[in-house]
Amino acid sequence: MPLRAPVQTVTFGQKGLHLLWLHVPSKRLCPLEPSFLRYHLNINSTPSAGTLSPSPLPPFTACQVSGVVFFPLRFDPSIPYTYLTSSQIFPSALWMPCVHSCLRSYLATPFHFLSVGDHAPQSAVPADTAAAPEAGPVLRPLYMDVQATTPLDPRVLDAMLPYLINYYGNPHSRTHAYGWESEAAMERARQQVASLIGADPREIIFTSGATESNNIAIKGVARFYRLRKKHLITTQTEHKCVLDSCRSLEAEGFQVTYLPVQKSGIIDLKELEAAIQPDTSLVSVMTVNNEIGVKQPIAEIGRICSSRKVYFHTDAAQAVGKIPLDVNDMKIDLMSISGHKIYGPKGVGAIYIRRRPRVRVEALQSGGGQERGMRSGTVPTPLVVGLGAACEVAQQEMEYDHKRISKLSERLIQNIMKSLPDVVMNGDPEHHYPGCINLSFAYVEGESLLMALKDVALSSGSACTSASLEPSYVLRAIGTDEDLAHSSIRFGIGRFTTEEEVDYTVEKCIQHVKRLREMSPLWEMVQDGIDLKSIKWTQH
Amino acid sequence: NSFESVASDTLTLFLFFPLNSFRTYAVRRIRDAFRENKNVKDPVEIQTLVNKAKRDLGIIRRQVHIGQLYSTDKLIIENRDMPRT
Repeated sequence: MPLRAPVQTVTFGQKGLHLLWLHVPSKRLCPLEPSFLRYHLNINSTPSAGTLSPSPLPPFTACQVSGVVFFPLRFDPSIPYTYLTSSQIFPSALWMPCVHSCLRSYLATPFHFLSVGDHAPQSAVPADTAAAPEAGPVLRPLYMDVQATTPLDPRVLDAMLPYLINYYGNPHSRTHAYGWESEAAMERARQQVASLIGADPREIIFTSGATESNNIAIKGVARFYRLRKKHLITTQTEHKCVLDSCRSLEAEGFQVTYLPVQKSGIIDLKELEAAIQPDTSLVSVMTVNNEIGVKQPIAEIGRICSSRKVYFHTDAAQAVGKIPLDVNDMKIDLMSISGHKIYGPKGVGAIYIRRRPRVRVEALQSGGGQERGMRSGTVPTPLVVGLGAACEVAQQEMEYDHKRISKLSERLIQNIMKSLPDVVMNGDPEHHYPGCINLSFAYVEGESLLMALKDVALSSGSACTSASLEPSYVLRAIGTDEDLAHSSIRFGIGRFTTEEEVDYTVEKCIQHVKRLREMSPLWEMVQDGIDLKSIKWTQH
Repeated sequence: NSFESVASDTLTLFLFFPLNSFRTYAVRRIRDAFRENKNVKDPVEIQTLVNKAKRDLGIIRRQVHIGQLYSTDKLIIENRDMPRT
């Protein structure tokens, strides 16, 4: 099969000489005769009727040391070779040594004739040669969307790789060493997760993510106690999976109270106390909101729930490993943990289910009874090892990261607010996790600002709801005006965010908001002193 | 002594992380960790810290190699001399 050689043109020397090169493993294996090379470089003759002989290959020289073949191209690479003449042959002896040493330092991995196309072969026809290797690649945007997901910490990947490569046993195989070593790793990971939240390892069940954990918590508890307890309480700002689970339970005959939140995003504890009925089985309140970053008063809610003998579930996907959590101090009965929010792998999570006093949960997934019968299915050893490593790293780095993220968050908010008027931060400024900043830019449409900030990966709401055009229900629940809700952007700052990235984001944000506001007629009207709320908009 | 050798090994290796965010994180974290621990006097504790640093050095070495194997395009801010929109 014809192997196509990659074309690398390198600008070398004062005359801007382009060298097309390909690496030949050994002169003995691949005779450097023109027909052979022509075949392999896919150089065709020009399609003109009168030509009988194929076009001459450009003169080439080969370096005996590296086996690199050089074709000097002193022309525009997009023109096919037909007109190189012998006068353009360079005396190889003169420049070979210096070329060899210079090129060695900046040539990419050479193409070997004996290996088939896994070096992304480009066409050898000069028509689509790239320019010098440094210029021209697509640059990746900055990642400022850590609430959606986080990159894998290198320490986590290092812990996972042995279980992806060599230690591939099923942890539930009891009869051989492959099973035993996987099981040992799984139990070690369980201990790591448990120690992060102050739990016992027997209380941790591995799942496929926080969504599954939330489903198990809400549906499992509600269905187990369905004979005597038919009421649940949750808030209006919960994650979609919690709200959807409650909706499906309503279809089964349960009653659900969706507590409203105050303007700050925090629930009113008195309303919660008033909403608890004698037949309430579960209260579910998320620890840190993924859209506005608000921290709910979990310890107080836990105290209220335990005094009224109601189970308390919290979706701590955004909070675990970022703020200190202790399930005993905060009297939490069930907690959902997500792997990919704490620099761990995607596709794994955990649920904490208290044993003392025991919380009974009806299993959602039937099967072989793994994970104490609460979640059947083979536990994915590499993923849970990654989750355990992520939890351990988070425990060590929590204080350091929190200090740094707070500083960067301050920097971002201060710099934006002092350069731009009419910017509102959504959510309580005091009870707030600093890594999640939700800002509303008045008189600017959020989607157009996101499009303009194409160099920065941002989001205007939770990833789950970003496909619809409606503004986020969380912002509506905290009472944001419709127009401000449409103009909100969520900035996420994480462990690997640098000051440079924050400064760049701030700079671009200010620049584009100013530009978009100048185009906005509403902004003009506001500048002229017109109160927008007093306008009666007519339809034509 | 071994403490300094591990420190210098770690600090030279971090330069090769291809991913910019990991590189800056590693620089900062390692420097801050060594600064924090420079006043530790107890030899047992020093030895534990040195062992941990050696393990981390191994992790960094392997992950740098993997990052180079699967490298991708650079970030916007790494090429600031290029014309920006």
